[in-house]
Amino acid sequence: MKYVDAAQVQKKMGTRLLANKLAKNLFFLSTLFGLIVLVILIYRVVAQSIGWIDADFIFNKLSTDPEKAGIMGAILGTLWLMAVVAPVTMVLGVGTAIYLEEYAKKSRLQGFIQTNISNLAGVPSVVFGILGLTVFARALDLGSVVLAGGLTMALLVLPVVVVASQEAIRAVPQYLREASYGMGATKWQTIKNIVLPASLPGILTGVILALSRAIGETAPLVVIGIPALLIPLPDGVLDKFTILPVQVYYWTTDSALVAEYANLAAATIVILLIVLFAMNSVAILIRNKFQKRF
Amino acid sequence: MAVLTMTETKGKLAEEQEFSQAEKKIVYGTKDLNLWYGGDQALKNINLDIYENEVTAIIGPSGCGKSTYIKTLNRMVELIPVVRVSGEILYRERNILDRSYKVEDLRTNVGMVFQKPNPFPKSIYENVAYGPKIHGIRDKKILNEIVEKSLRGAAIWDEVKDRLNENAYGLSGGQQQRLCIARALAIEPDVILMDEPTSALDPISTLKVEELVQELKKDISIIIVTHNMQQAARISDRTAFFLNGEVVEYTNTNSIFSNPSDKRTEDYITGRFG
Repeated sequence: MKYVDAAQVQKKMGTRLLANKLAKNLFFLSTLFGLIVLVILIYRVVAQSIGWIDADFIFNKLSTDPEKAGIMGAILGTLWLMAVVAPVTMVLGVGTAIYLEEYAKKSRLQGFIQTNISNLAGVPSVVFGILGLTVFARALDLGSVVLAGGLTMALLVLPVVVVASQEAIRAVPQYLREASYGMGATKWQTIKNIVLPASLPGILTGVILALSRAIGETAPLVVIGIPALLIPLPDGVLDKFTILPVQVYYWTTDSALVAEYANLAAATIVILLIVLFAMNSVAILIRNKFQKRF
Repeated sequence: MAVLTMTETKGKLAEEQEFSQAEKKIVYGTKDLNLWYGGDQALKNINLDIYENEVTAIIGPSGCGKSTYIKTLNRMVELIPVVRVSGEILYRERNILDRSYKVEDLRTNVGMVFQKPNPFPKSIYENVAYGPKIHGIRDKKILNEIVEKSLRGAAIWDEVKDRLNENAYGLSGGQQQRLCIARALAIEPDVILMDEPTSALDPISTLKVEELVQELKKDISIIIVTHNMQQAARISDRTAFFLNGEVVEYTNTNSIFSNPSDKRTEDYITGRFG
């Protein structure tokens, strides 16, 4: 007497194979959905921006006249913002990651810090805006300048950098540290000469991804009070400024008054997307180039 | 005249060597060493003297504490957070388990070669220059000399001299391990600890490392953990047999292999367990 009844197996075969096919198609459709939305989005934006992106648009200052308006101010503002966010997150983020991975003993406190860094990553960006407004813009009396915005954005993306750096540091094999300690190197010498160089690609990837998130955020800067007015081009961290997504936000809001503002917003989005895609590509390139080193 | 002085000195040296042969100096003295990983005792009452310019082999089955012991000798074992130690380890008559003994100082005198070749992801040159650099040597000329001397010392100079700036990961496993030995030699250590240095190598590379160990013991004391008994018999002067965290037998290699005094040693070396 066999336990597996061939007739029974035959009878169920059809449904099994059907379910198999269904599963495959279902998952393919899920993937397709995201892709389709992205394509529609890009198509709409690009279609609206056609004819609006030219050298004048990029190099002109902001103007109420749609024909003369350009985004030089927002581009410079974005660059200045990155100039503040990059070093601040790099120092704080990598510092935190080194502490947590190399120094902190596995304890409850360490677990608590770790959990809260993850929690911090889940805090809505507008809340960071309120923090920036109270602490940097008001309490430190910086006003709505690049430094205040940059510090706020740095806090916002800090968890991303911390987590990415931690993963990169953790990926450095223990035997490399042992080899260094084994020759009488101190902990700091080992971190500086062995751990950091080996984890740098991973850390850089994290920093670039964090930066691209920072320059795509709108809410915190709107809360801090980035002006929608015509301001001079920023040339320092203590100048008032605007960045590309904030520019998009204001042009979209005002498109009820001047219809062409919608086209300007679309054109700005295209530029922003190009910048973001480029930054993400660099991050991926770095990751691929240095993968599998151990 | 000069020639005469030379021969005179040589004669004296030979005399001195003979004398030291008779009364060898102790490099490492272990007294009542106990070690726990959390609640598990890994080493029990170890008493062991290790002599200068000898190769001391530590053999025993897996989990007998031989690796733990060798890692205690340069306090590498402290990297594991739950470790507790009692007793004394005297290195050149100073207790290294003493709080005031700086572990960096100890490891500058006691080099280590690990089970798996672990060169840094840097050039061959940078690997060897790493130790001297962290100890503050910046002079290019001196570094170059150290690198050459160490690579020659590890019998790998001829194989790598034309590609010192290439990444060490391009070397074969056996070459990498000899590079790691060169790296350890670069800090001019007094002792080298080897934790199963050939277990990841092919027979030819193993042979090369073994020959190297013979060569090195002229200047350096070597302590080698191995689970290969033939290797212990081939290269060591003294052998300690560890079992369940205890030293069962410790004597010169010839007698332990030809005439073990403990039944358990005999069972192990004749392959009845382990």
